[in-house]
Amino acid sequence: MNPDQMTPAPPTEPPNPPLTRSARQRNQITAMVGLVTVWVLLWGTLSWANVIFGLVVAAILLAVFPLPPVTFAGRIHPIGMLRFWRRFLSDLVVASVQVAWLALRPRHVPRSAIIAVPMRVNTDLNLTLTAEALTLVPGSLILEADRATGTLFVHVIGVNSRDEVEQFRRGVYDLEARIVEAIGSPDELRRVRTIGYPNPPADLEGEPT
Amino acid sequence: MTLDAVLDIVAAVCLISGALLSLAAGVALVRFPDLLTRMHAAAKPQVLGLLLVLVGCGVRLRTGVDITTLVLVGVFQLATAPVAAHMIGRAGYPHEEIRTDLLLTDELAAHLDRLAGERDEARA
Amino acid sequence: MTTVAVTVTALLAVAGGLTLTRVIRGPSILDRAVATDVLLAIIVAAIATEAAYSRDATALPVLVVLAVLGFVGSVSIARFATRRKSE
Repeated sequence: MNPDQMTPAPPTEPPNPPLTRSARQRNQITAMVGLVTVWVLLWGTLSWANVIFGLVVAAILLAVFPLPPVTFAGRIHPIGMLRFWRRFLSDLVVASVQVAWLALRPRHVPRSAIIAVPMRVNTDLNLTLTAEALTLVPGSLILEADRATGTLFVHVIGVNSRDEVEQFRRGVYDLEARIVEAIGSPDELRRVRTIGYPNPPADLEGEPT
Repeated sequence: MTLDAVLDIVAAVCLISGALLSLAAGVALVRFPDLLTRMHAAAKPQVLGLLLVLVGCGVRLRTGVDITTLVLVGVFQLATAPVAAHMIGRAGYPHEEIRTDLLLTDELAAHLDRLAGERDEARA
Repeated sequence: MTTVAVTVTALLAVAGGLTLTRVIRGPSILDRAVATDVLLAIIVAAIATEAAYSRDATALPVLVVLAVLGFVGSVSIARFATRRKSE
């Protein structure tokens, strides 16, 4: 296969712009709150002793293992979040039933495909969340992520034709859109809405490998 | 019928469906043709099956301390199962026996070829 | 509740047996890692069922440890397998 045919989409924005001071502080506070919540859940009771000790442990953890910079807009859209979780949970059920059916179906060997999906919003946070959610929704499993171009490589199970592969690719973009609607910044939202479905990579029309 | 009885029935339904999904994951592990398809089984029915069992357990225990522990286990499972699957997929992809005859298209192979080409050019 | 517990136990036992077949048959170490992960999840489900049946929450902290352990286990196997190949 001619390697030139699959040129990656040019990076749409610097993948990780340097963070401002306030953004870094917000990230630390988010991480602190998350860690303290886990600590309190672990002990099971909400008491001052637990919260204070949790804060100490979280501070030590963050000092010893500092987090990589995350571009989080700092705003959660409640409606988008609700819509994402509702769809995610129903997707999880559909996915499980689908795999169970594929497993129990007699004399059937499922066909699959590996597709590249360049994300529209190339940030670490979006890549991570989309990849995580993809693994749990019907038919897909994250195989590899290319951070430079923001491309996810997805293994798809139970597809039988090229049309179904393309349909699936659109499904991945829908999932990304739902995540951006839940936690994205206004800028990312605009990107997702204006681009719609990007054109598939050029060599898609080529011969199957 | 009392509330307790209703909750017990809910718990029983959750437990049994969770166990059924676990069984489906087991069958899938044995019957699927290669590593990648087997990972689907480990990622989806297994996670939902475990979540259902945890919900059933929480509904039956009904005490705050226990429910927080169960929530923690569930959240952990949801967050880590995809990461573990990704790590294994990366480790296995080009090397292990993957049934390429069952693949409709393989765009990752093209990508890796391109990367290898760029590396050769840089070296030359 | 006893019938439910017996049914769940039987289902989980069969699932565990099937998973063990995959652990034994392999063929690669990664197949075994995936199967072991599933086996661990089945064990977690079994412990949770026991807790639900006897209404006794003593074993619940074990579940947290097992959930973490399964993740760490498969990730370290994956890393080990990657490094061995690149050598």
